[in-house]
Amino acid sequence: MIRFLVRRLILLLLSAFAAASICFFFLRILPGDAALNLTGMEASDEQIAHARAVLGIDKPLIVQYGVWVSGILHGDFGCSYLTKLPVGAEIVRRLPVTLPLSFFAFIIASAVSVPLGILAAVKRKNAVGIGISAVSAVGVAVPSFWIGIILVWIAALRFRIFPAGGFPREGWADPVAALRSLALPVITVSTVMTAGLIRYVRSVAIDVFSQDYIRTARSLGYTAFRARIRHGLRNMAVPLLTVLGIEFTSSLLGAVVIENVFALPGLGSFLLQGVRSRDFPVVQNVIFLITLFVLVVGFCIDVLQRVIDPLIGRREANDEN
Amino acid sequence: MKNYERLIHAAVGILLVAGLSSCGNGNKNKTQEAAAKTADPDATINIGSTNPPVSLNNIAGGSSGITEALYRNVYEPLLSLEDDGRITETLSPSYEVSGDGLVYTFKIRDGVKFHDGSSLTAQDVKYSFERVLSPDSNAARKTDLAVIDHIEVPDVSTVKIYLKQRAQSFPYFATYVWILKDGTKNNEATADGTGPYRLADYQAGTSLTLERNDVYWGAKPKNKRIVFYYFANGSAETNALLSGQIDLITNIDTPEQLKSFKDNPAYTITEGKSTTKQVFAFNDRRKPFNDVRVRQALSRAVDKAALLKASWDGYGQLIGSFVPPQDPWYEDLTAVNAYDPESAKKLLAEAGYPDGFSFSLVTPSTDMHQLSAQAIKSDLAKIGVTVTIKIVDPSAWYEIVFKKKDFDATLQEHVNDRDLIWYGNPDFYWGYNNPDVQQWVRDAQSAATADEQTAVYKKIGRKIAEEAAGSWLFLYPQLRVSSSNVTGYPANGKNSTFFAAGIEKR
Repeated sequence: MIRFLVRRLILLLLSAFAAASICFFFLRILPGDAALNLTGMEASDEQIAHARAVLGIDKPLIVQYGVWVSGILHGDFGCSYLTKLPVGAEIVRRLPVTLPLSFFAFIIASAVSVPLGILAAVKRKNAVGIGISAVSAVGVAVPSFWIGIILVWIAALRFRIFPAGGFPREGWADPVAALRSLALPVITVSTVMTAGLIRYVRSVAIDVFSQDYIRTARSLGYTAFRARIRHGLRNMAVPLLTVLGIEFTSSLLGAVVIENVFALPGLGSFLLQGVRSRDFPVVQNVIFLITLFVLVVGFCIDVLQRVIDPLIGRREANDEN
Repeated sequence: MKNYERLIHAAVGILLVAGLSSCGNGNKNKTQEAAAKTADPDATINIGSTNPPVSLNNIAGGSSGITEALYRNVYEPLLSLEDDGRITETLSPSYEVSGDGLVYTFKIRDGVKFHDGSSLTAQDVKYSFERVLSPDSNAARKTDLAVIDHIEVPDVSTVKIYLKQRAQSFPYFATYVWILKDGTKNNEATADGTGPYRLADYQAGTSLTLERNDVYWGAKPKNKRIVFYYFANGSAETNALLSGQIDLITNIDTPEQLKSFKDNPAYTITEGKSTTKQVFAFNDRRKPFNDVRVRQALSRAVDKAALLKASWDGYGQLIGSFVPPQDPWYEDLTAVNAYDPESAKKLLAEAGYPDGFSFSLVTPSTDMHQLSAQAIKSDLAKIGVTVTIKIVDPSAWYEIVFKKKDFDATLQEHVNDRDLIWYGNPDFYWGYNNPDVQQWVRDAQSAATADEQTAVYKKIGRKIAEEAAGSWLFLYPQLRVSSSNVTGYPANGKNSTFFAAGIEKR
């Protein structure tokens, strides 16, 4: 187990570093730079050159890369080319929007889709099961921003139940106002996630329920219900955990996408502003942190899988020997 | 079970009725109430904008959003540009010009205090002007203000500005210089000015809050608090106004936004005088655009009136040159190279392109540019010219078009007034190169009298129109929308200014 942990941690750090490096160099292929955005329409060539020198983007790419990497190693994410504000602090300021959004969306999606998915598996041959599958298939096909736009139109503009967008200036000082602002985005992100999750849970459940041990349990006198609860759920745990982990990271990505529909001042809108204005310190650090988050979640799932099902670790050890 | 269902039905019904009524009759009631009530002197005005400041440092450059939020609200100039275009005395109650036009002596107003309590002095003014001219500055009008030779401070309430050459427009350029405290540094997220509001809160890219300065030297604002909310796109901004989260939108950017508010009594749309020109610019360094006949042909082939009507539904204005109607040297030149596809074909044939040619049109990715590009493509197809639309994001535009000049033709909006000088600079992105015009621009800049300057600029405006140095599609409408209970905001907002002290909410 310890050997496994160490190996995975090293792999994780290497992957994060590789992802960040790719991101760093690919960003710079885009035409345009922050200096040109600052100097604007009146600028002379000298003024542009001066602005580039001030930002340090006149230096060779590899030097800029070195500056960035050594900054990260010291926990310093640098400053925005445009606002000149420290990127780390600006990211922290936006987390209270993005994290609750993705967390609530994940909780709701999991709470709805696991029971519904199992129900769809149990009742797969009658109207209930087919209905659930059909609705979830539609849900998977619909883009999230479209759901967002429809929700705004109905719930915010027509019936005025929730705000159309934005987040209170005071943040979570007024929790009710903050929650109300997040309501529609959370529903949007969780709807799309739920649709995908239901289909996955259903297929896992069908797979598990048709295993021999369920039949054996029934022959020992268990009711179908008890057999599924007692033996089925446990065996579903590992595949479910895997997919919930993936969904947890995708809820963060979903939040980032949907923030722009709802004018939420979170990481997603920060990222978009950064890309538009070629504010690379913003873009590369936000992407680096999101990548790191995805990898860390993956790591935690791997560990949890082994805790739940020690056989996984032993099987791998055997494979190596 | 049955009872439950009935209950649910009833609840849904009530919700439906309540929701519908708030959309139907609610608007009318609101308007009537607004007329009856008096303005709230301590109101908070929530303002939506798609133009966030890049930084609160006025020499950082990058966006006019900082001007919209802070100019005259937090920071004040010596001389102000009023919404009607007049230049009035603000921090300088009076000034004198020497006989040769080379020395401007400004008196500094007594009793003016910065928000931190310190008094305004002539040294602050000197520092503020020198800051705009410093190498690190990307401030607006830096090129024009470079006419300043040096600045002297004979006493604590007098500033003498020496120019390198006569500059009729100097008082106008001076309206661009904000007065900060001597030695101000690192003011990216802070502000300390002399204006009627102090900066209360700033969340970069998200919101900016101003609060009334109760010890302001001039007239007190008619509201207590101004909050700017920044939106990444017009549709989120539109939704925020429709749902009552904001009171006012400073600028309608797209025709799509306009549709939501037109003919709705709950909202007021104001059309101010705009200076923003939509320009279809040619790269004169390249064939065939170096041939004046080709440029004239393309200019005559585009039905600008139809484009303006289709996009802005009666708002906006046609212009025949690069001069907006507010400039002193404006004249109606819409008849020059007016829409005439037949003569366009003839001109093309004369220039050696009887079967037309093809070129690519570099189009910034905003909605309006894309609409214009489509119109140009279909109009030019009628005279045999094939247009390939190449969409780029605004940052890429700067690199490809502005810096590398690697384009055939492009679209861009030019926001400033009094910016004819770019046709006198052969190195500007469109590369219009007429030595006469270049000389005239120099003459205009150093003209001895305002009349002389106006006459020369008129000559330039006419010349570039005749030679189709560009094709000026139209002047954008300057549209603001507010809830009908909010009044008193400036309609024009010249050069992106937005003086908020007169806004009232009922």
